[in-house]
Amino acid sequence: MIEFKNVTKRYRSSKGLNVGLEDVSIKINKGDFVFLVGPSGAGKSTFIKLIMKEIEADSGSIKVNGMEITNLSNRLIPKLRRSTGIVFQDFRLLPKKTVFENVAFAMEMVHMSRRAIRRQVPQVLSLVGISDKAHKYPDELSGGEQQRVAIARAIVNSPTVLIADEPTGNLDQETAWEIMRLLEQINLRGTTIVMVTHAHDIVDKMGKRVVAIDKGRVVRDDVGMYSDGSETPEHQGMYQGGVFGYYAK
Amino acid sequence: MLNSIIYSIKQAFIQGGRNRAMSLASIFSITAMLLILSVFFILMVNMNVAVESAKQDYETIQIYLLDETTQEETEKILDAIAAMPEVDDIYYLSKDDALAQWKADWGDSAYLLDSLPANPLPNALVVSVGELADADAVVEQAQQYSGVEDIMYYRETVEKLVKVTNSLQIAAIVIMVFLVVVSIVVVSNTIKLTVMARSHEISIMKYVGATNWFIRGPFLVEGIIIGLISAAISVVLSAFIYSRVIAVVGQDIFLMMGIPMVPVSFLVFNLVFIFVALGVSIGACGSIISMRRFLDT
Repeated sequence: MIEFKNVTKRYRSSKGLNVGLEDVSIKINKGDFVFLVGPSGAGKSTFIKLIMKEIEADSGSIKVNGMEITNLSNRLIPKLRRSTGIVFQDFRLLPKKTVFENVAFAMEMVHMSRRAIRRQVPQVLSLVGISDKAHKYPDELSGGEQQRVAIARAIVNSPTVLIADEPTGNLDQETAWEIMRLLEQINLRGTTIVMVTHAHDIVDKMGKRVVAIDKGRVVRDDVGMYSDGSETPEHQGMYQGGVFGYYAK
Repeated sequence: MLNSIIYSIKQAFIQGGRNRAMSLASIFSITAMLLILSVFFILMVNMNVAVESAKQDYETIQIYLLDETTQEETEKILDAIAAMPEVDDIYYLSKDDALAQWKADWGDSAYLLDSLPANPLPNALVVSVGELADADAVVEQAQQYSGVEDIMYYRETVEKLVKVTNSLQIAAIVIMVFLVVVSIVVVSNTIKLTVMARSHEISIMKYVGATNWFIRGPFLVEGIIIGLISAAISVVLSAFIYSRVIAVVGQDIFLMMGIPMVPVSFLVFNLVFIFVALGVSIGACGSIISMRRFLDT
């Protein structure tokens, strides 16, 4: 469960204060699957960084799994991060470790025993469908496979929330769909998923809850399509070619 | 807990191995610092010993007696001075005993003294006073006797010596502190390079919920190992160099000049403790400082 109440975050810059998030209130229930959409610089990254407590909110209250994190002591940040897995657009795997080691790494970091590691890593690799690649290195894998490893690493410690920051951004359409099916499967097991994306077609076809952020504010929060036609023409233009068209540019 | 410690040590060796050149560079720098430190330390210890022994020699007042002075007169002077409240101790040192002591001091080189045509030393009364300031009263008293040839005492010399050694010690300590700070900066920069090379890995560690101490652990151990290796090299090198210096210059020469040399064994014993403590703290501080920026959140 993630709950934002009147959260504001501004960034200091040479031109004064830039808005990250402005008075955002939103509630994401346990087991939800939420798309976070909006133009670049709208505040999506700020939203995620606040959940991971990489940055501090200027005001407002943020609760993750019932725990108020705005005044969380530094000592408890690791505990918060163990309850939230994260996946990035660029996978961020360790190139000198094998697939198995990359996933085991996340367990080592939270002091899991060797036995638990030997038992759980193969399970989670099979869940994401790359059991046969356990002893390969990341650069021997395709993008989709690398993202599966990253997802395996993110969920191996059984977080209650999985945050996916444009997980399909670097993948071709078909692979992107495979990753989406995997995320949906993980969601069905009870894990809350918050996915930041620019991918129109994915959002439209999945039919999940969509939270649109623009200029730091939540402009829309409902189930359905990527856009409801109310966006500025500028944004419309950006989306015209579809997601992949956008990245092709 | 134990798992984390084992993990840290394992990782530290892997890391140190990957950055062999940088680790070696740190070891060289710290060793150089510690060697300079040890030069200061050896000088200071020897100076202290010299000053202490000089103080012992010079804190006594030596009342030289004329050869003609009778035993009766000698006893009279001795009793009179011994009765003074300022005097701690007084004894009679005959010219023969004095020569024998001189020969004993010179040890192997004592044969040089055999060529003396006659014993040049006078009979003497050796007086110890509790406070250097009391010496003046004793000297005044002794001067009254006709059997006294000369009075040797070195109040001013000792005071000057103490003053000089005090300021030299302060200077040495300032230089040592400076060297330690420089060493910490060197180590922290070296480890910072290792940390930056692994910043990607560190950010993932943070995302999956590793605690700061868990992330710091391997770097801390790496710093400590670098410090320990440097300490070991420095102890061995300085003990070797110092023993060579003693062997080449010769302990006898120092003895003849009245400067005792601190033995190698004493030096090594002390250097091991000092260098291990310094090496470990330099390494640990260096690595903690270098990690600070990376562990802000």
